[in-house]
Amino acid sequence: MMKIEADRAKCDGLGMCEAMAPDFFEVGDDGTVVVLDERPGEEYRQDLSAAVDACPVLALKLRD
Amino acid sequence: MTLVVVGASLAGLRAVEAARRDGYRGRIVLIGAEDHPPYDRLPLSKAFLDAEGPGRIEPFHSEAALRDELGVEPVLGAPADGLDTTAREVAVDGRTVSYDALVIATGATARRLPGSEGIAGVHTLRTAEDALAVRAALDRGARTVVIGAGFIGSEVAAAARKRGLSSTIVEALDVPLIRSVGAEAGAVCASLHREAGTELWLSTTVTGLEANGGVVTGVRLASGEVLPADLVVAGIGVVPATGWLAGSGVPLHERDGGVVCDATLATGVPGVYAAGDVAHAENPLFDGELMRLEHWTNAAEQGAAAARHAFAPESARALAPVPYFWSDWYGHRIQFVGTPRADEVVTAVPASGGFTALYRRRDRIVGALTVDRPREIMKYRRHIAGRAPWPEALAFAAATAA
Repeated sequence: MMKIEADRAKCDGLGMCEAMAPDFFEVGDDGTVVVLDERPGEEYRQDLSAAVDACPVLALKLRD
Repeated sequence: MTLVVVGASLAGLRAVEAARRDGYRGRIVLIGAEDHPPYDRLPLSKAFLDAEGPGRIEPFHSEAALRDELGVEPVLGAPADGLDTTAREVAVDGRTVSYDALVIATGATARRLPGSEGIAGVHTLRTAEDALAVRAALDRGARTVVIGAGFIGSEVAAAARKRGLSSTIVEALDVPLIRSVGAEAGAVCASLHREAGTELWLSTTVTGLEANGGVVTGVRLASGEVLPADLVVAGIGVVPATGWLAGSGVPLHERDGGVVCDATLATGVPGVYAAGDVAHAENPLFDGELMRLEHWTNAAEQGAAAARHAFAPESARALAPVPYFWSDWYGHRIQFVGTPRADEVVTAVPASGGFTALYRRRDRIVGALTVDRPREIMKYRRHIAGRAPWPEALAFAAATAA
């Protein structure tokens, strides 16, 4: 099963992931990403890949 | 088949990556004016200028990785000189490269301060070399004068203050950033400079530079006053890099010479697409307005789309991006989504701090600016992308203001 990994030390809170996949990512009050569901279904792969690619600071990864 | 991408920055890199990711196995040639493989410009005016910043500019991929892993033929340090759209050839470095599909991603060049040629200590901030020079001057404790209170100039001023150096901004307009965020939000941004100890001269024009032995010593104002300076950074805008397209038949914008394309990034010339800072693209989300965006997110998205569309024009889809940019000054984060071209702007200072401005066009929200409200900006983006009615956006703002 796919797993979302977010490196909160790298995260700059720019929110591109939230823009691409709002059901899975949200920028929290501290200005870094909160992953809303770490184990998404396969049907979300395309949206999640777009979110990973859109991160300007490379803080996100998808692991299988 | 050959894909030629002219311009080796973020948009150009995303174009070649998207082509490979989609399974294209043919030849790819990536032409870049700079000596380096594609690198990220984003940090150049930000973390890179910090005293504790990285001090090095790493490319996204090494030249070897471009060749071996992405199968790209890089032609670096060689700007394209011309385009023949009938023969389908790009002229570069004394030869021609044939293409079946072409992505124009040459970006833009920083406008230079008139009269600054040959004076050391005067810079723009666009390339890796520029950033290294500005950083070195800050390392030496330069008194910094920035010309132009746009985002790049403001970030340089903030970097100087962070190091405890004196920093001054000279701006010709009476409100900074008026074209980017409008008058109300521009005034709020101006106050961030003053609170942080950056001197801000508005409605002030620069008439020349003072130099001693070929090294800058000051900036002369129309009033006759001279601001002492060891480092002068001009943030006075950019010009799309399209000189090589003269006479090619690719449509160029009458105002700035950028490449005009439709919402699929097609230029109308067969096989030729444009992406990134160079491209004026129609945006269906904002009444088909032509938008030329100088944003990281836009370069990444358009680069990938342009390559895909160049290969499969029949399945091309219109892009309707919500523009997004951000800027960090003095520990404050400024974020903007959408467009500032509005019928009305409503501003609010939420009780819990920060600042919000919402932009209305007719009956819907078309833009939002926040200062230090990182949680909300992408919610507004969703309102804008979904053409949410204005009252809905106002209600959201009210609910989050507490």
